[in-house]
Order: sequence, then C-alpha cells, then structure tokens
Amino acid sequence: MTDVLTDAAGSGAAAPPPAVSAHEITKRFGATTALSEVSVSIQAGTTHALVGRNGAGKSTLVSVLTGLQRADEGTVAFGGAPAPAPSDRDGWRRQVACVYQRSTIIPALSVAENLFLNRQTDGGPIKWGGLRRRAGALLEEYGVDVDPGALAGDLNVEQRQLVEIARALSLGTRFIILDEPTARLDATAIERLFGRMRTLAAAGVTMLFISHHLREVYEVCDTVTVLRDARWVLTEPVSAVGHDALVAAMTGEAVKLTEVAPRSVPDAPPVLSLRALTLGDAYTGIDLDLRPGEMVGVTGSGSSGKVSLAETLGGLRRADSGSVSVSGSAVGVGVPAALRAGIGLVPEDRHREGLVPLLSVAENATLPIGDRLGPAGVVVPRRRTAVAEEMVRRYDIRTESAAAPVASLSGGNAQKVVLARALSTDPRVLVLINPTAGVDVRSKESLLGAVRSAADQGTGVLMVSDELDDLRHCDRVLVMFHGRVTATLSRGWDDAQVVAAVEGVTSEGASS
Amino acid sequence: MTTTAPVSPPEAPVARRRLTGPRLARMRDLALVPAIIVLVLVGALIDPVFLSSANITNVLQQQTELSLLVLAEAIILIGGRFDLSLESTVGLAPALAVALVIPAASNGIGTEWASYLAIPLCLLVGLAVGAFNGLLILRFGLSAFIVTLGMLIVLRGLQIGITGGQNLFELPMSVLYLGNAVWLGLPASIWICGILFAIGIAVLGFFRHGRAVYAIGGNRDAARAAGIRVDRVMWTVFIVGGLLAALAGLLMTGRLGSVAAAQGDGMIFTVFAAAVIGGVSMEGGKGTLFGALCGVIVLGLINNILTLAGVSAQWIQAIYGLIILVALMLARLTTGKAQD
Ligand SMILES: Nc1ncnc2c1ncn2[C@@H]1O[C@H](COP(=O)(O)OP(=O)(O)OP(=O)(O)O)[C@@H](O)[C@H]1O
Ligand SMILES: [Mg+2]
Repeated sequence: MTDVLTDAAGSGAAAPPPAVSAHEITKRFGATTALSEVSVSIQAGTTHALVGRNGAGKSTLVSVLTGLQRADEGTVAFGGAPAPAPSDRDGWRRQVACVYQRSTIIPALSVAENLFLNRQTDGGPIKWGGLRRRAGALLEEYGVDVDPGALAGDLNVEQRQLVEIARALSLGTRFIILDEPTARLDATAIERLFGRMRTLAAAGVTMLFISHHLREVYEVCDTVTVLRDARWVLTEPVSAVGHDALVAAMTGEAVKLTEVAPRSVPDAPPVLSLRALTLGDAYTGIDLDLRPGEMVGVTGSGSSGKVSLAETLGGLRRADSGSVSVSGSAVGVGVPAALRAGIGLVPEDRHREGLVPLLSVAENATLPIGDRLGPAGVVVPRRRTAVAEEMVRRYDIRTESAAAPVASLSGGNAQKVVLARALSTDPRVLVLINPTAGVDVRSKESLLGAVRSAADQGTGVLMVSDELDDLRHCDRVLVMFHGRVTATLSRGWDDAQVVAAVEGVTSEGASS
Repeated sequence: MTTTAPVSPPEAPVARRRLTGPRLARMRDLALVPAIIVLVLVGALIDPVFLSSANITNVLQQQTELSLLVLAEAIILIGGRFDLSLESTVGLAPALAVALVIPAASNGIGTEWASYLAIPLCLLVGLAVGAFNGLLILRFGLSAFIVTLGMLIVLRGLQIGITGGQNLFELPMSVLYLGNAVWLGLPASIWICGILFAIGIAVLGFFRHGRAVYAIGGNRDAARAAGIRVDRVMWTVFIVGGLLAALAGLLMTGRLGSVAAAQGDGMIFTVFAAAVIGGVSMEGGKGTLFGALCGVIVLGLINNILTLAGVSAQWIQAIYGLIILVALMLARLTTGKAQD
C-alpha cells in the first residue's frame, strides 16, 4: 500500500501511471473538513471500492474527481497527466463518467433526452425520433422497462437510478465512478449492474465503486480504500482484508456488530388492519393485521408493489378498493388523515418527499411536531434546538450543527434526519420504505435500534425493504410478487428462502 | 427449498401504463389554439371590422414589441432565471442611442454622432444591460429578482436623467425605418418578430445549446454534471434578452415616432402573464416558445376585442388585468398543472 502511495505522488517510473490519482486532497466546507490530505490512486483496469461511514467524505472525493468541486489543496491526475482546468467541463467529461449519489435526472425532460443530455446530436439539429430509438435500444440493453418518450419526473426512484446508470456506463469513458448505485435497486437490478461492471472491467475500464454493502465490495471490487473522518485509512486488495477488519477500519474500533436479539410481541388486537386493499396494477387484495409492537417486513422486487402499498398507508396514494383501519377505525384519504390516524411514513425519495433542502436540520427534524414546541402554535427556537440536538445525538447525525441546512448533509445523514422525524411523532403505526438506504453499517444498527425501541413501546412497524439486515429485525416477513403477498416467513428464515420468494419461486417450507 | 415452482409472472409493469400520460401533456403547447379560435369568433361577432386584414395586421403589429419581450423573458424563465429590467431597456436603449446622435437643441446629449450609428448603439445598449445583469447574477451570485428589479429602476432613472424627462421627437430616419417599413405587404416588424420566433423555436427545440437552457432550468447541478457550461449559456441568454428588449424598443420608437420618457413602463406584468398563460413555468425548465407566442396572441386579441367593444378607456385597464387573471386560471384548468 505504500507502493500505491508513491505512485500517487507520481514517482513510480517502472509501473504504468495509475488511471486516476488524487494527491493530498483537502476540501473544507466552512468549518467542516470533508477531506483532509487524502491520496488515492487507482490502477488502470481495476475496480476500486471506496468505503467509509456516513459523512466520511466519499461523495466529496467523487465531486473532486469529477471536477464538480475544486479541492482546496491537492491535485488530481488522469493517466499521469494533470486533470483539466475546472472550467473545462468537456475535458472532465472525456475523462470520467459518474453516477452521483444525488439524482442528476432532470424531471421536466424526457427519459431519452436525459440519457443523451448534452450529446443529443454530433452537430446540426436534433433528430428526436432517432434519439428516442437510440434511447430505447440503450434502455433495453440495460433491462429498464420504461418508455423513452416519458417524462423522467414520472419515473419511480429505481427507474431513475437505472437511467442514471445506463447513461454513465454508455458514455464511453475509460473511468467510471458509481456513488452508491445499489442503494435504491432491487436484487435483480443489482445483479444486472454487476454483470455490466464485469464486462466493462474485462474491457479494461477502471471503476470506483461506493457502497455501504460490504458484500458487494467483495463481490465486484479488486481493491478497497477506507476513509474515516475525512482521512485516508487504508488501501488494500479486497482479498487481504476480512469483513471485520474492514468494519474496524471504517469505524476505528474493533467491536463486533451486535446480533439481533429475539423479542416477543404481546398478544393484542391489531393496531393496523388491511382488508382486500387493491390499487390498479400495483397490488391486489392485500390483507394484513399488525399488532402493537409487532415489526413486519415487506419485501419483493421493484415491480412487486411493495412501495405503492407503503405509500398508500402513508396517504401518498389512494387505493381503488379495500380498507385501511387503525385500531378499528377507518383511515381517511391523504397524508393529513394518515397522520391524524397515527401513521408515520418514511418515504422512499428523501429529496422529493422527505426533506426541505434549504431549511435547517432542526427545522426539518421538528416539522411535524411544531405544535409541541411552544404554546399556541408558536415555535420557541430554544426548545426546537434542544429537541433537534437531542435527535442529532441520538441518531448519530453528522452535521456541523443543528442549524446547518439539510442540503449540506451527506446522503446517509440526510436519511437519518428523515427517520428521526418520523419517530419524533410517536406514531401508532410506523411505515418505513428502505429506511437504511445509504446508511453505513454502524448507523444502520443505531437506526434499527431506534425503530425497535419504538416497537417495544407499542408502535406497530411495517418495514418495506430489500435489505436482509433490516428484515432480520422483523417478527415476520411478507414477500410480495407482482402485487400479491406470495409468502410469509416467520422468524428464523434463511437468506435463500427470501431470495427465492422475491424471485417468484415459492419453496414449500416457506409458505404459511 | 425442496420443490420450486415459478409463480405466474403477469408482466404488467406499472410504469408503462402510467407513463403514457405525459406525451399527451406535451400537447398543452396547443392548448391555447382553441382559445385563440374562440377569441377570433367572439371578435368577429362583436364587430365585423375585426376580421378585416387591416385590423388583423394592426393587432399583430401592436403585439410585436410585447412578443419580443415575451420571447426574451420566456428563454430566461426556461433557464430558471428572471429578468424584470427588460421593460426599462425598451425605453433606455433607443433613448440613449437617439440622444447620442441628435443635436443638443432637440434634447440630445450634444455628442451628435453620425446618425447611422443609432441602431447599432441601441442594440449595444441592450447587449450591455444583459451582460451586466448576467455579471451580477451569475458571477456575484446575487438574486436575479432583486438585481433586475434594481436595474429596472436604475435604467428608467438613467433614461430620465439623460433626456431630462423629455420625449425625444427628432429621430434619425434609420430609427424610424423598422417601425414603419412594409415588406411584401406586411409591416417589417411582423416579419422580424416571426423570423426571430422561428429561430428561437428551432434553437430551443432542436439544438444542443437550446436544450441546454432547459437542462439548466430543470436542474442546474445535473446540467453541470453533464458538461454544460451553465454560466456561459445563461450569460448568453441574458445578453440575448437585452438585445431583444432593445430591438423591441427600436420597433416601438419607430411605430410611435418618438421615444417617450415612460416607454415600456409597466409592460413587464403583461410579459410575465403572456409567458405563464403560454405554459412557461416560473420555476424553470418547462414551457415552449410556441406556447409563449400563443400567450401573446391571446392577450393581443383580448385587448383588441375590448377596444372594438367600446369599453371605456378609464375601465379598460382594470378589465384587461382581470381578464389576464381569468386567462391564467383557465390556463391552469386546461393544462391541469400548477403554474409554479
Ligand atoms: N455542500 C456542502 N456544504 C457543507 N458541508 C458539506 C457539503 N457537502 C458535504 N459536506 C459535509 O462534508 C462531509 C462529507 O460529506 P460526504 O457527502 O462526502 O460524505 P459521504 O462519505 O459521501 O457520506 P454518505 O455515505 O452518507 O453519502 C459531511 O460532514 C457533510 O456534512
Ligand atoms: Mg455520499
């Protein structure tokens, strides 16, 4: 690993220059140091993983490597030659393509135009028909089932992510960065992405891959770099660092991840009941009873209807028929009715439905409990700050202060704010959609711990997730397939059962 | 995991079905065409003069200056910015250009430059105003709303300062020409307007740099990530905006035969109204120039019908404003989308 560092300094004469090297990069945002003298170099043709806890500086390094942000100190080189000037956007674009963590889809434009943004033609007027055909071919190649003429804003989170991936991989650059591409994809889509990545790697393309799923790092990457608290910690071949060593490097402490302790749910009448709930072609005939304190997981592929189901409960969608009731009384339509009934929702898209980017962390976190922060609708700032600071501490949110705008938080930390807010209302039913997407291994534990303790207090939890680690906390797991619940797994399931059920293959032992 | 049987996969992707809608929504470009037809019918019923070619030409010519401003504003709005100062440029650009060429005795500055310089000077003023707006907004990151509101006042003040608050009457021939000439049976200003709109529609619809304006208005960070030089494109847009406003001023001056001290005053409300009625979003990234053009035509027809219907001059402004508000509501209903 010292070799790698010397190479980064550009003195490696014998070896070919690394495809990309960042040398002693420092980047500050006001009082926050996001990167401190970080050096990384990536050998041509390798797939390099970048891991670290939320707020470690991964995405900041990405924006420096793609030229979107200029480092305060340090240099970037591609293939031994210095990086283009900051204003030379075309120069950067020839060197590196990127799937950013924050969506770079333009909602008001068509899918086709998003795919070919700023390269709609080689010159001369745009031929829209041809562009749509090319887009259609590209989407087909990547197995994305959307109409290229559709507005990108009407796509769901997963489809948008797939469009971004297809765009970045099709740009034809020799270096591609993927910042948490898998956080919003289901297992099939992830497999397909990995297949693509292997093909590209075989063709000699260099990749930088960021993920909080260490399993994925072992699956597709050759080398791994760990960042911790804005500093470089290690760079090693993945075969040379075990899972625990990697977690220890990320967290700076050699503690084991805790096992999920068994829990028991008292027998009680259901707090949430669904009867024959049906919505168009999203889901059909869903029946469910959720007891107070029970945690029920819902999983399935992207087209299983699980997200629509959760959004219906949270009031974002309206079912065509069937009923939803909380403690026996029917729930009205819309978000306010759901909130009044005591249903809290952690939505899928934190940027669109979750957070107000320019308001502070404190304001965002306390939005639904404004009435509790002072008399007669007045929000007492001191009370709000106190409540927010407590949340920041409890959920381990890395922010400059509770007064910093949410837009300045790293992806995983923003997710924590959304969850903290949902829990702040003490809901009777908590509906979570991919609550730990983009959250690092340790924070995942504390977040799930918070959900568990809410359940222990009697909240019924319905958790829609693709993550086996999330589902392991649930008392039972429903698997949906094309809009129907096809399997119910009780505690003690093994991973293969879930995977098989999600793929639409029922196994005898699993169904109940 | 002993026996495995695939569950029937009814391939009914949720997205496909849901996504056929937006294509239709894009037809909202044409949403105003029925409104225009209705207005033409109403006009014809109220007064037979309405359909005479003289009246139609007159309506169109009166709208040319407004439409150039709407063209400018629509492009700027699509790029996700604002420019309130366009209406002051309409006055200042011709006023300054004329003042530089006419003798001091006719309220000129006294420089008495060659009179053929008047048109280039006028356009140059527009260009400079656009460039300065762009500098403040893009380079120094000031709020477009406040900057252009400030410029609106400053430019108007400059015009009054330079002309001493007087109207300028003794205009050079070149300045009068464009506002009065007739080319192939139609006023030159209509030709100019039509050609500029055609160019605008083509560039924004079919060229990479035009599409870049949409991308910037839709999501600036994404546009930057895609390699678009956001600031350069927007700067160009502000400059084009200034130029179009100066040209509008030139046409108005020629048509009216003088530069009024309050030339262009109060136009900006109508400009925004026409753009929004035409489906251009105040939030950026949405709308088309064709839609904006339809917006202008609708307002022009309404104005003309009110005049022909003999609405008294004292009331015409209130009624016109009211109708614009109603038109906005109707546009909201027909397009079915919030005008954010
Ligand atoms: N624009 C900004 N303004 C202020 N602070 C910022 C900004 N961007 C990032 N930061 C801060 O820099 C630090 C690093 O953020 P970064 O986004 O690089 O984290 P990350 O490693 O990608 O985390 P995650 O895994 O959650 O995505 C964080 O503390 C974040 O709050
Ligand atoms: Mg990140």
